[in-house]
Amino acid sequence: MTVFAAQVSGRRRARRLLPDLTGWGFVLPATLVIVGLSLFPAVWALLLSLRDGDLLTGGEYVGLQNYRDMLGDTELAAAAGHTALYTVLFVPGSVVLGLALALALNLKIRLIGFYRTCFFVPYVVSAAATGILANFVFDPDFGIVNAGLKALGLPATGFLQDPGQAMLTLVVISIWGGVGMPAVVYLAALQDIPRELVEAARVDGGVGRHVLRHVVLPQLRPATVFLLIWQTITALQLFDLVYTTTKGQPLDSTTTIVFYLYRQAFQLFHSGYGTAIAYVLFLVTLAISGAVLWRSAR
Amino acid sequence: MRRRHLAHLFLMPAALLFVAPLVWMVLTAFMPDSDINTYPPKLWPEHFTTAGFARIFTEDDYPLWLANTVIVAVAAVAGHVVLCSLAGYGFARLSFRGRGLTFGALMATIMVPTQVLMIPTFLLFKNMGLIDTLGAAIVPWLASAFGVFLMRQFFLSLPKELEEAATIDGCSRLGVFFRVVLPLARPALATLVVFTLLGAWNDLLWPLIAISSEDSYTLQLGLATFSGARHTEWSALMAGNVVAVLPLVAAFVLAQRHFVATMSFSGLKG
Repeated sequence: MTVFAAQVSGRRRARRLLPDLTGWGFVLPATLVIVGLSLFPAVWALLLSLRDGDLLTGGEYVGLQNYRDMLGDTELAAAAGHTALYTVLFVPGSVVLGLALALALNLKIRLIGFYRTCFFVPYVVSAAATGILANFVFDPDFGIVNAGLKALGLPATGFLQDPGQAMLTLVVISIWGGVGMPAVVYLAALQDIPRELVEAARVDGGVGRHVLRHVVLPQLRPATVFLLIWQTITALQLFDLVYTTTKGQPLDSTTTIVFYLYRQAFQLFHSGYGTAIAYVLFLVTLAISGAVLWRSAR
Repeated sequence: MRRRHLAHLFLMPAALLFVAPLVWMVLTAFMPDSDINTYPPKLWPEHFTTAGFARIFTEDDYPLWLANTVIVAVAAVAGHVVLCSLAGYGFARLSFRGRGLTFGALMATIMVPTQVLMIPTFLLFKNMGLIDTLGAAIVPWLASAFGVFLMRQFFLSLPKELEEAATIDGCSRLGVFFRVVLPLARPALATLVVFTLLGAWNDLLWPLIAISSEDSYTLQLGLATFSGARHTEWSALMAGNVVAVLPLVAAFVLAQRHFVATMSFSGLKG
């Protein structure tokens, strides 16, 4: 009797255990990698930001001192300003241009594959390759852009070597490399809008401009929300292109938050301070994403 | 009709402006430096030469960096294809204890930026002896939460009946997965492969931190330092660029059909 009961409950346990084992067998390898290299370091980073580590040793516990230091750090404030300028120009620039390209591409015209490839190919070109190309094209003395300006009778400019223009030049280069993503996302969203909807608006006497504003744009809203968040995150994390073109120069005019963080953590070995900056950047990103989502939900 | 002509009037100059720098990059790679270092710069090679390519493949460590990047990219793609599709299927179709909590925890990490992770990961890898080896560049690319999410969304969109029929025919779960499900997942896998390749091939910040000896340099790290060392040897620099960019352009052109379609089921589009 007891043997029988034990057998039954054993079998029942086996019946529950088997799906558990199968399921975990499928998900465990990826889960280990992601937990080990994302979740665990994310928690560890928070603890590191409360210490004055030097990248070799953990350092002493200093509480919120690293966060307090950030408040009085004028170089960090300048880097935040440069990053904000870049973000404010790059995000709307790439999203609006991406929308314009997608609207034109959606007219069922010829050569659509050719156009789509032209706009998207710069997106796959790495920051290192883009940097070399940009240094070549925008060279103040020998570059093609200044040669073109001169041919048009305009004065030559310094571009990446002029403190007043370097960040703007980086915005232009980033839009060149980054507009393909919004264009493709918008194009996919446009192709999802039911034709009847747009045709009905036209029949009702809607002019192109009004149909766009009151019918098409509201339909594209989820895509717009996604793109605004995605491009903002990309912009706030600008590093690669700065590293391969200006290295933060001239006169620190292109030092971004992440470039400053890199220098603090890996060149000056202030790993605790670097982690604190990274965490604040993370919180700012979350706050902006939250604000965009909250506004779009209303 | 008129609107379409207007569209070409806007799109054609814009498209040419976008590809012009890349076309010129390819042309410059085939010019001798004497043609390039003139003012105004020449747009078309007068003396066609492959000296720039010859130089990067014989005088520099470029072939080594290329090989390193190929190793990193192949490992990243293989890791993503196997681990993310297994996990994506597990989360989409199998029920087991702790599924919801685990999936939620993985998805939460999508929001955490690399910058937060890189300092602890550096310390972790230092303790494991991985720093300054190619392994340091490979391990973070073996799987990603985004890959798991992408594959799960795709598997959720597949009809269940196919798998049920195969299960009744006596296939094991793993058999069903490899013989029935994975062949159907080709469009999603194409997207996963392109995004992984793009990330692993072009990554600069993490190799810059984790690798310091030239033998273990990746291509991007090599290019970034190369541009300082070979300052005005533009034909070699551009040849290096062309070789570095070409595989990704090819991958994109081959896969672009698939990943415009993938954006719809993954919920990325409106």
